[in-house]
Amino acid sequence: MKVLVAVKRVIDPYVKIRVKSDHSGVETQNIKMAMNPFDEIAVEEALRLREKNWATEVVVVSIGGENSQETLRHALALGADRAILIRTQDSLESLNIAKILKKIIDDEKPDLVLMGKQAIDGDNNQTPQMLASLLNWPQAMYASKIEASGDHLQVTREIDGGLETISVHLPAVVSTDLRLNEPRYASLPNIMKAKKKPLENLELDSLGLSLKKHVEVLKVTEPDARSAGVKVESVAELLNKLQHEAKVL
Amino acid sequence: MSTLVLVEHDNQTLHPSTRNVLAAALELGGEPTLLVIGHQCKAVAEQAATLAGAHAVWCIDKPCYEHPLAEQISDLVLSFAHSFKAILVPASTFGKNIAPRVAAQLDVSQVSDVSKIIDKDTFEHPIYAGNAIETVRVLDPIKVLTIRVTAFNPVTTNQASCCIEQIDKEIIAKNSQFVKHELSKSERPDLGSAKIVVSGGRGLQSAEKFKLIEELADVLGAAVGASRAAVDAGFVPNDYQVGQTGRIVAPMLYIAVGISGAVQHLAGMKDSKIIVAINKDEDAPIFQIADYGLVGDLFELVPQLIAQLKNR
Repeated sequence: MKVLVAVKRVIDPYVKIRVKSDHSGVETQNIKMAMNPFDEIAVEEALRLREKNWATEVVVVSIGGENSQETLRHALALGADRAILIRTQDSLESLNIAKILKKIIDDEKPDLVLMGKQAIDGDNNQTPQMLASLLNWPQAMYASKIEASGDHLQVTREIDGGLETISVHLPAVVSTDLRLNEPRYASLPNIMKAKKKPLENLELDSLGLSLKKHVEVLKVTEPDARSAGVKVESVAELLNKLQHEAKVL
Repeated sequence: MSTLVLVEHDNQTLHPSTRNVLAAALELGGEPTLLVIGHQCKAVAEQAATLAGAHAVWCIDKPCYEHPLAEQISDLVLSFAHSFKAILVPASTFGKNIAPRVAAQLDVSQVSDVSKIIDKDTFEHPIYAGNAIETVRVLDPIKVLTIRVTAFNPVTTNQASCCIEQIDKEIIAKNSQFVKHELSKSERPDLGSAKIVVSGGRGLQSAEKFKLIEELADVLGAAVGASRAAVDAGFVPNDYQVGQTGRIVAPMLYIAVGISGAVQHLAGMKDSKIIVAINKDEDAPIFQIADYGLVGDLFELVPQLIAQLKNR
């Protein structure tokens, strides 16, 4: 079985972001970047499926600028077999990302596509569902457990009230939730080995897709600031304030 | 302008989020149609029809929709979609699973977690774990939106029931199948709509000691939440998690106990009206947003709090 994993380069989750003063977006110059945490979980799961001899090849794909190569090299160092970068300078909306991925999938013909449930920058939680839709494949979103047997996957999904288990026939798109697994670290020898693994660069323009703009970003602003309140000395004082000042009890 | 609202429910009761999504639909203007898909869900359709502002209810009641899958719901929605200018679903795991699938089938964009409707094409929504707000204009003819439930005041008034139309349409998912549910059983209010939420973090130390949080919640009639650290440590199930990757809550009162206040957690609760933090570390980031902070050992303070609340 061939597994394709889509990964995204995002601002490191521990960085406190700054909104640009012209409200055009968020400051990304000289900011620490990392692989989207949900995508690391997707890579890890693909590697585990290969270790169980279910998956035979793990291909990682990213869409972005030159430096998305670092994200792909990181995935290769973790154990992915090869990587594809679709180069573009534009920041793309979910639907267009799904269309690009569909094009790659039409060529690569994987049996399973694994993706993070959302990227921690846009917080959209859309691309995997859109991709499944465009491919007309079944989807299993927010996976916290994946059991593969033959051409079926049994996926336990995190839903608001608890868990739901569904069975999907391959090929399918699965998105990962945080509790699916604990991603491994890349060892130094594997980082060295990853430099020799194949990384194919494709220009977005060469794919022959006609992508149209569906959304216009008008501005990005800071949320209303919430300031620190007061420290109280005792439980009695806290209760008194909640009752008489905040009037919430 | 005609709007389709997808109703979340469990075949017996309407999920409270429907009231907030309907409010958002009414803000968009026009006459909302509420779509109920399920099995033996007549009661849900009847409840939906009495919500003030509902124009019509469409009910698709078939055994195959007892536990509907994304593939089935999106195909059903798609079959009506072209009659509408907007399709609204709650930004819950239910809604988020479906909306993008519908949007892609329609070749239109989808806006996630809409927190403000500026006009029929322009919306605000949070990005970067709520650390920035993006204003977007949708250029497509049909808007597919997931609604951040806590950002819209629910419709709480009723009307004389509007028309309920039964629709006979069967869609069987070919390549996916429901297997089972394991739902957390709780007598407490739902986390997403509770007026008071008491959350515990790593500071609780164990699942056994986390019961202290539940005891405090019960005295207050509150829902119980947790930080990711508490969930990962196995103190509580994952559906208790409040944060960027868990539930988004905005209660009247949020009490964070033994939670440091990581960005990820704040994303899920910083729109609460009043925030109380109880933590032994006076430099914990949670104190930077708490209206009332109490520094000290939670194992001394929480039992005191419970005792004093009981004596009120």
